[in-house]
Amino acid sequence: MAYSNDVIDHYENPRNVGTLDKADQNVGTGLVGAPACGDVMRLQIRVNDDGVIEDARFKTYGCGSAIASSSLVTEWVKGRTLSEAMDIKNIEIAEHLALPPVKIHCSVLAEDAIRAAIADYKQKKEAK
Amino acid sequence: MKLPIYMDNHATTACDPRVVEAMLPYLTEHFGNAASRNHSFGWTAEQAVDKARAQIAALIGASAREIVFTSGATESDNAALKGVAEFYASRGKHIITQATEHKAVIDSARALERQGYEITWLPLDTEGLVKPEDVAAAIRPDTILVSVMHGNNEIGTVQPIAEIGAVCKARKVLFHTDAVQTAGKLPIDVEAMGVDLLSLSAHKMYGPKGIGALYVRRKQPRVRVAPLIHGGGHERGMRSGTLPVHQIVGFGAAAALAMEEMEAETARLIGLRERLRERLVAEIPECHLNGSLECRLPGNLNMSFAFVEGESLLMDLKDVAVSSGSACTSASLEPSYVLRALGVEDELAHSSIRFGIGRFNTQEEIDFVAERVIKAVSRLRALSPLWEMHQEGIDLKSVQWTAH
Ligand SMILES: Cc1ncc(COP(=O)(O)O)c(C=O)c1O
Repeated sequence: MAYSNDVIDHYENPRNVGTLDKADQNVGTGLVGAPACGDVMRLQIRVNDDGVIEDARFKTYGCGSAIASSSLVTEWVKGRTLSEAMDIKNIEIAEHLALPPVKIHCSVLAEDAIRAAIADYKQKKEAK
Repeated sequence: MKLPIYMDNHATTACDPRVVEAMLPYLTEHFGNAASRNHSFGWTAEQAVDKARAQIAALIGASAREIVFTSGATESDNAALKGVAEFYASRGKHIITQATEHKAVIDSARALERQGYEITWLPLDTEGLVKPEDVAAAIRPDTILVSVMHGNNEIGTVQPIAEIGAVCKARKVLFHTDAVQTAGKLPIDVEAMGVDLLSLSAHKMYGPKGIGALYVRRKQPRVRVAPLIHGGGHERGMRSGTLPVHQIVGFGAAAALAMEEMEAETARLIGLRERLRERLVAEIPECHLNGSLECRLPGNLNMSFAFVEGESLLMDLKDVAVSSGSACTSASLEPSYVLRALGVEDELAHSSIRFGIGRFNTQEEIDFVAERVIKAVSRLRALSPLWEMHQEGIDLKSVQWTAH
């Protein structure tokens, strides 16, 4: 399959790879997908007291498009408030990376990862 | 060393330059129709076809008159299953095959099923091997055909064809084998192996694409197949259509070369494959061999690199042409049906890479590929949340995944 230059760039130079401390109260972790389906994304966000995402990290098991989608969203969520981050739609990710139709599910997974990370963060805050 | 490196020789092989050379005159001065009986153009073409037929027959221990030319092994497999099914329908409508066959066999069997035939799918062990006892147990009074491939195109598993052939002979059931991947690589003798029908394809043995053959036994027993393609009655009525003489000449030349060089080439291919396998196993933890080590095609290596997805691995290996059993490399988004049939877990199927080492690969290329794979797996594992969890001692099976 031919990939767009954006996918190749994110695949070859993934941004913000890594791990944040799961136990940190300001960190939300989203783990979505399943190994049996061939893709798993873990997106982590660190949120400051103003409700702004100040850092994001990812690790992804999956095809090049899955890696690129998650790398891209780490860039996009940084500096956004939680509600702004919730506005990121899979279709924007897919368009930005020019994903072919069979790879749209990678962008859906990336959107799910954002929502899961935010939900995890909010749950921690509420539990306190 | 020239990049990219081609190491996908189960998909197709490069035409050997000696084969190309043999073909060329039959595209230019010797362009006659082999069915033209009344002038020298036709006779020259016919002679060339006869010679090639003999070369191909010799490769499998058959006689020239038992070779029927087809457009390729897809057609040969279709012709064997559908042709036998149609011709012998009055004797019975039961066919036995197995789940790792090429789709040309599987989908022909499914098509017959829709027409009222009954198909038995043989059980397989974890290496993809069929047990001859299971074949014996599956045979019924209304069984007309057993079809089990010789060498598998994905995992390289080589089936015990002679033993299965003996079972079929004893029970007087016709036996077809798809020998596309083994022809020219492992010795084949249709007599010793008790094979009644056998599929071949030139482009998997350094010949041209678009030409194949079906061996159809003429004696003990005389096997009949109803034709798929009707017309001028070529190939003794089993396959009509003007013979593509240049393709056939190339196929014949490829068969002759393979026969001459098989012993040396097989030893060399096994050496290269083991060099690659040993290097990968030594340097990459958690990598698994798919298929059987003992009963294996010389040039086949199929490995799963756990916690790394196959398509992303292929993307990293961009100077190397190999293939993957990952869903992402198929249109269906399902991981390899062959690995699934062996009971390989989906996650390992997604992580599989098939290396197909062939005549034109060198040791230098093997070492380059090994190096690249080792680097790529380690880079992608650093990106993999599964690898991180595995390192932390988390059992991935205990995690509640959100399947999508
Ligand atoms: C085992 C096997 N059978 C049949 C075929 C089909 O051969 P062809 O490409 O000549 O139709 C292939 C090749 O894909 C194969 O590997």
